[in-house]
Amino acid sequence: MRSRLGILLVVLILLAIGVSIGRAQAPVKGGTLVFGRGADSVGLDPAVVTDGESFRVTRNIYESLLEYKRDSTDIAPGLAEFWVTSASGLEWSFELRRHVTFHDGTPFNAEAVVFNFERWMSEQHPYHKGVFEYWKSMFGGFPGFVKSVRAIDEFTVEFTLEKPMAPFLANLAMPMFGIASPTAIKRHGDDYFKNPVGTGPFRFREWRKDERIVLERNPEYWGEKALLDRVIFRAIVDNSARLLELQAGSIDVMEFLTPDDIPTVKSDANLQLVLRPSMNVGYLWWNVEKAPFGKLDVRRAIAHAVNKPAIVEKLFGGIGIPATNMLPPSLWGYNETVADDVYDPGKARDYLAKAGLPNGFKTTLWAMPNPRPYMPQPTKIAEAIQADLKAVGIQAEIVTMDWATYLAKTRQGDQDMYMLGWTGDNGDPDNFLYWFFGQKETRSRYYNAKAAQLTAKAQAILDQEERTRLYREAQIVLKEDVANVPIAHTTPPLAAKNTVKGYIPHATGGERLDTVWLEKQ
Amino acid sequence: MLQYVIRRTLMLLYVLLGVSLTIFLLMRLIPGDPALVMLGERATAEGIADARRSLGLEQPLAVQYLIYVKHILTGNLGRSLHTHTRVAEELWARFPATIELSLAAICLAGGVGVLAGIMSATRHYSLLDTGFMMLSLAGVSMPIFWLGLVLIWTFALLLGWFPPSGRLDVRIVLDPLTGFYILDSLLTRHWQAFWNALWHLTLPAVTLATVPLAIIARMTRSSLLEVLHQEYILTARSKGLHEWRVVTRHAIRNALIPILTIGGLQFGMLLGGAILTETIFSWPGLGRLLYNAVLSRDYPLVQGGTLLIAATFAVINLAVDLLYMLVNPKIRYE
Repeated sequence: MRSRLGILLVVLILLAIGVSIGRAQAPVKGGTLVFGRGADSVGLDPAVVTDGESFRVTRNIYESLLEYKRDSTDIAPGLAEFWVTSASGLEWSFELRRHVTFHDGTPFNAEAVVFNFERWMSEQHPYHKGVFEYWKSMFGGFPGFVKSVRAIDEFTVEFTLEKPMAPFLANLAMPMFGIASPTAIKRHGDDYFKNPVGTGPFRFREWRKDERIVLERNPEYWGEKALLDRVIFRAIVDNSARLLELQAGSIDVMEFLTPDDIPTVKSDANLQLVLRPSMNVGYLWWNVEKAPFGKLDVRRAIAHAVNKPAIVEKLFGGIGIPATNMLPPSLWGYNETVADDVYDPGKARDYLAKAGLPNGFKTTLWAMPNPRPYMPQPTKIAEAIQADLKAVGIQAEIVTMDWATYLAKTRQGDQDMYMLGWTGDNGDPDNFLYWFFGQKETRSRYYNAKAAQLTAKAQAILDQEERTRLYREAQIVLKEDVANVPIAHTTPPLAAKNTVKGYIPHATGGERLDTVWLEKQ
Repeated sequence: MLQYVIRRTLMLLYVLLGVSLTIFLLMRLIPGDPALVMLGERATAEGIADARRSLGLEQPLAVQYLIYVKHILTGNLGRSLHTHTRVAEELWARFPATIELSLAAICLAGGVGVLAGIMSATRHYSLLDTGFMMLSLAGVSMPIFWLGLVLIWTFALLLGWFPPSGRLDVRIVLDPLTGFYILDSLLTRHWQAFWNALWHLTLPAVTLATVPLAIIARMTRSSLLEVLHQEYILTARSKGLHEWRVVTRHAIRNALIPILTIGGLQFGMLLGGAILTETIFSWPGLGRLLYNAVLSRDYPLVQGGTLLIAATFAVINLAVDLLYMLVNPKIRYE
C-alpha cells in the first residue's frame, strides 16, 4: 500500500513537472517582435541588392525554389517539392508546390518561376533593371551557366545548364533568388523594390525609410503559419544605443554586438546571447606582387610570427575560433588534418634569415576602418598583429581609411599587407575555395596553379565524396604554400530578451522569423 | 523690399550652381567607387564594369555634369545609385524629421540661451554669471556624441523617463500627412502619438541644442553688455525705470541684431550638421542620410542633399536679414 502510494506520488510529481514544462514551452501565437539592426534595408527586391539588411527582411517575404534547413546549410524543399537531374547533370527538372499564391493573389506556378529566372538572367528582359550582382556572381554572368528555363506544364520547370555545376542546388536556395510575383513586378516597375510581393510566411505592410519596416503574418500561407502577428525592423545605427534600447525593452532582438558588450549581455538576467553558426573567415593577406611577399620563406615567417590564439582570445570577445584554413570547419570538405603554422617568433626569425632578411623589413599593414562580421574590431587586431610582427623584426605601419576607399585601393593593389574577410553565401565549399583560389585572387594577386585546378575540377562534378577529396587536398596545397594567414572564424552574435523564444540562428547571417514567439510575462 | 527679395533669390541660383559644380567634382575626386561599395568584398572586375554601366558612370565627367544640370533644371534630381529611389523622394522622406528636430533645438537654444545671456549680463561678474559662463563654455566644448550617450544612459536607461532613440514608438500608427510628426498628430488629433513624438523629441533636441545654446548665451551676454554701457541706457536708468524694463524695452532690441545673425547661422548648421545627434538617437533625418550617402559614394543623393541644404541655408539667411528690419526699423532694404 505504502509503495503504491509512493509510486502514485512520483507519477503525480512527474505529471506536474511535465505539465509545467509543457506550459512553459508551448509556443504562444500573437504579438509584435521589434528587431533592432544597424542600418535600414537598401531595397526589398532581393535580386538587385547586395546588403545583408535587405535580405534579413526579404527572406521573410519571399521563398526560393529550394531552402536551407533551419539549422544548417543543407538543402531542403522550398517552393519546389521534388527535383531530378539527368545523368549528365545538365538537365534539372523541378516539381513545384501546388496551391501556393503570392500575397497579391497571383497564383504561383511554373510560369511565375520562368518569369523570375528570365528577369534575372537576361539583360534583354524588360524588367531586368538595376544591378543583378548575385545572379552574376553565383551563376556566372547573364545568362551564365543556365542555358534555359522552361515551363513543362503548370507545375514543372526544367533547367538546362551549359556545364555541370555542383553548387547549382545550393545557389537556388539562396534568399537572393526568392520568387517574386510577376504581377507585382509588372505593376510597380521601378518602384517594385518598395512594394515587395512574395509567397512567404510574412507579407509586407509598411516601410518608412531609416525608421521601420513592418511585416505582418500571411494568413494564407501554404505551410505552418507564422506565430507572430507582426515583425518590425528598426534601424538603430549606433551599437551602444541599440544595446541601450534592448536593455530599456523597446526592442526585442538586436543585431551585431561589439565584443566589449558581450559580457554586459551575459550578465543581464533579462537578456540572452544568440550565436550564429560560423560561415565566415577573417584573414591577413598581402600583395604577392610586392616584395618580399613573393618569397615563400617570408610568408612562412609571417605565419609563425602572428600569435593567432592570443588575438582571437583577447580581441574577439569569445565569439571567434582561430582559423587554420580559409574554409570554416562547419562546412563539409573541411580538412581537419591540416596543421596550422604555430606561433613561434624564433622560427619566424629563422625563416626571415633564410629569405635573406635577417633584420626584417619595413612594410605597411592595411586595416579596414569599420567592424565586419568576420572581424569585430579590425584596428585593434591590426595593432596586435603589428606588435607580433615587430617582435620578429618586421616594421609594419598601420594604414587605414574609409571603407569605400579601402575597397578601391586594395583592389588596385596599393597595399602591402592587409586585412579583410568573407562571409559565405550558400554553404558550399566552392563559395570559399573557388572564389579565392579558382583564379588569380583580386587583391592579393595570389595564384596557385594546383589549387586552381583542384577547385575548378570540384566545381564541375556532382559526386560529393569526390568533391570533398578535392577540397581537402586543396587546403593542404594552400597551407604548404602559405597562401595567406586565416585569422579567425566568428560566430556572429545577436542579443535578445529572454522572452524571445524559437529563434533559430542561421549560418547565412539571417533568419526566417515564423518560428519565433514571445513568452507572456 | 520685394525687389530685394527677388534679387537675393536670383543670386541664390548662382550660389546653387556653384555648389552643384563643387560638390559634383569633389565627390568624384575622392577615391572610392559607388559600384565597388555596392558590391563590397564580392566585387569582380566584370561586376564593377557592369554596375558602372548601369549606373551611368562610364560617360565622361563633363557629359555627366551637363546631364545632371539639365535634369535639375527640369526639376529632376535623379535616382539614388544605391537604392534606385528618386533622390527627391529620399530627401523628402527625411527632411521633415530634420526640420522638426532643428526647430525644436533652435527654439530651445534661442529661448534658454537669450534668457541666460540676459541674466548673466545684468548680473555681470556675479556668481550666477560665472556659473552660466562656465556652463556655456562646457556646452561649446562638449563632444555631442558623448553627451548624447550620457543623456540616453541617464534619462532613458537609468531613470526611464525618456525613450533612448527613434521618433515615435514603432507600435503607434500615425498617418504621415506632412511628415512632421508633431504636426501630423495635432492635425489628426492623435494625442497618444503627439505626446509620444514630443517625448521622443526631447533628448535629441536637448543634445542638439547644447552648442548653439551656449553660443547664443555668450553672444547675448557680450552684445547686451556692450549696449548696457551706452549713454541712452544711462538716460533710461536715470529716468528711474526699473532695470528689467531698461533691458527688455531699450537694451535688448539693439543687442538683438548680432544674436539673430548668430542664431540664423546656427539654425542653418543644425539642418545639415545634425549627423552625430541623428546617428546616436537613430533619428531618421537628412544628416544621417547624407553621411551614409557620402560613405557609399551615392553621387546623386549627395548632390541633391547638398543643394537642398544650401538652398535652405540661403533662405534662412534671407529670413534673418528681413527680421533685422522688424527689430531695427532704421534698417531698410532697397
